[in-house]
Amino acid sequence: MEKYILPEIPDYHTLPVYEQHGGYGALKKALTMKPEEIIDELKKSNLRGRGGACFPTGLKWSFMPKGTAIPKYLAVNGDESEPGTFKDRMIFELNPHQLIEGILIGCYAMGITAAYVYIRGEYGKWVTMLQKAVDDAYAKGYIGTGILGTEFSTHIYLHKGAGAYICGEESALMNSIEGGRGLPRIKPPFPAAFGLWGKPTTINNIETIANVPLILNKGWEWYSKIGAVKHPGPILVGISGHVTRPGVYEVPTGVLLTDLIDEYAGGMLDGKKLKALIPGGSSTMILRAEHVPGVTMDADSLKAAGSSVGTAGMIVMNEDTDLIRVITRIAKFYYHESCGQCTPCREGTGWLWKILKRFETGDASLADIDLLLDVANNIEGNTICALGDAAAWPVQSMIKRFREEFEKRVKPVQALAV
Amino acid sequence: MLSQENLNKVEAIRGHYPDSKAALLPALWIAQDQEGWISTEMMSYLGDLLGVSHAHVLGVVTFYTMFIDKPQGKYHIEVCTNVSCLLRGSDGIMDTVRKCTGAKPGETSADGKFTVSEVECMGACGGAPMIAIGEEYYERLTADKLEAILKQLA
Ligand SMILES: Cc1cc2nc3c(=O)[nH]c(=O)nc-3n(C[C@H](O)[C@H](O)[C@H](O)COP(=O)(O)O)c2cc1C
Repeated sequence: MEKYILPEIPDYHTLPVYEQHGGYGALKKALTMKPEEIIDELKKSNLRGRGGACFPTGLKWSFMPKGTAIPKYLAVNGDESEPGTFKDRMIFELNPHQLIEGILIGCYAMGITAAYVYIRGEYGKWVTMLQKAVDDAYAKGYIGTGILGTEFSTHIYLHKGAGAYICGEESALMNSIEGGRGLPRIKPPFPAAFGLWGKPTTINNIETIANVPLILNKGWEWYSKIGAVKHPGPILVGISGHVTRPGVYEVPTGVLLTDLIDEYAGGMLDGKKLKALIPGGSSTMILRAEHVPGVTMDADSLKAAGSSVGTAGMIVMNEDTDLIRVITRIAKFYYHESCGQCTPCREGTGWLWKILKRFETGDASLADIDLLLDVANNIEGNTICALGDAAAWPVQSMIKRFREEFEKRVKPVQALAV
Repeated sequence: MLSQENLNKVEAIRGHYPDSKAALLPALWIAQDQEGWISTEMMSYLGDLLGVSHAHVLGVVTFYTMFIDKPQGKYHIEVCTNVSCLLRGSDGIMDTVRKCTGAKPGETSADGKFTVSEVECMGACGGAPMIAIGEEYYERLTADKLEAILKQLA
């Protein structure tokens, strides 16, 4: 398939090459349209967010208040810290201008005069790459005051995080931009009403925004026919773990997971057998190998299989994998990243890790399996933000689908002396 | 405490936000790049500069793992041990780091050159196992490759 998010064109990341291939044409077109026409186009395209929740982007944009003079903001989420996820980095590196163009179209459509791109602190080099592209776009009059001779003005600022997964959660992200700790906010109020500095704000993922120029250029009908009907478009799938060629692959949604492993990632490493697969970053529910055939990379298919698309960061595990070690490591991550505001998450994530370590060292009892489920069930749904759910789902799904792995690691019961 | 050049940078960045508190993370980065770490005095100075309480600055510095509040080695080696790296051999990578530097996670080598940290996923799972040294990512590592990298810095 032709590539639309990561085209294989040398130096596409530079402004002249991007322009030679029609770059910023979508912005020019957008500036001749009414803002509501753009939002309508997005709605009809069926573009859904690539940040994890698959939320319809056009609908999200339509929540922003119209015809008001108060400042409004766009926050673009490049925190990318969910284990197994490494796709937005490729956009900063290989196609930053398409991201910038998408931001500008979004700002125009929602009447926004300042956009903040939040990039995780570890991506220092990629902050520099994107800043270069932003500087070049300012110099050419694509960003700033009176863009391309119109009345439209907007600014784009980069904001570098400093190591905190929770800052990818949209309300924590806003607190982090405002100069605070990354603590999620209680909703409602929702960001479209009360966001950055209490003003209407839209938060979108980097890849989501990079899709916008495509839709404007080629039309919603074209876009909506790519891949899965209810979740269309190109999607960046990051494949890691036991495959021959791990990496980020651009595919149409709806591609078979088995094709992603065999055709794109070159098959299983050293010809081993597949044991398990996490389809969309560490928080999504694990699948057993025998349930993978026929499942495709899109919201409906993965939901039917008992998991979700998440960030499309697929972690592939072969027959030799110690799944107890995997789930213990995942639990440690969520414990480390819990912001500590909500008791079920702050305490529960620590308990999950502690109990799982008992399985790792062979000190667990059979009752610990139920204890794990009890703790996980008490976190799920009982916290301000979805980090709690993200911590509970992997544990719940691992027990549901690989209970025997836990049972094998239980300490043998000593015969009671009579 | 900040050089004049860096002070000018902070002043320019303030203009990016409607409220100067928002310049705190960028200012902390600038301070850390200048000094290698962020001292209590620096925190108070930045608080005064941006009009936020010292306690708030301390709260922010300690919330984010990448802000460093004590001096550390010349090179900061961060070893990812999260799932994708674990599957591709991060145990061995950690062993090699320890062998070459003599430092365990959380420690600095005796010669003061290397500080070693075990860190969460750094978003380079396709290149697992990987480490970062400062801003530089080193991916698809083997023990030999890693030893060569560390020898060059030693
Ligand atoms: C703990 C947590 C971490 C998250 N991390 C990210 C992230 O790194 N990047 C991202 O785009 N969305 C992340 N999200 C989802 C965001 O809250 C939000 O839904 C998303 O940025 C919206 O963009 P989209 O509609 O374009 O998908 C995270 C959510 C949670 C609960």
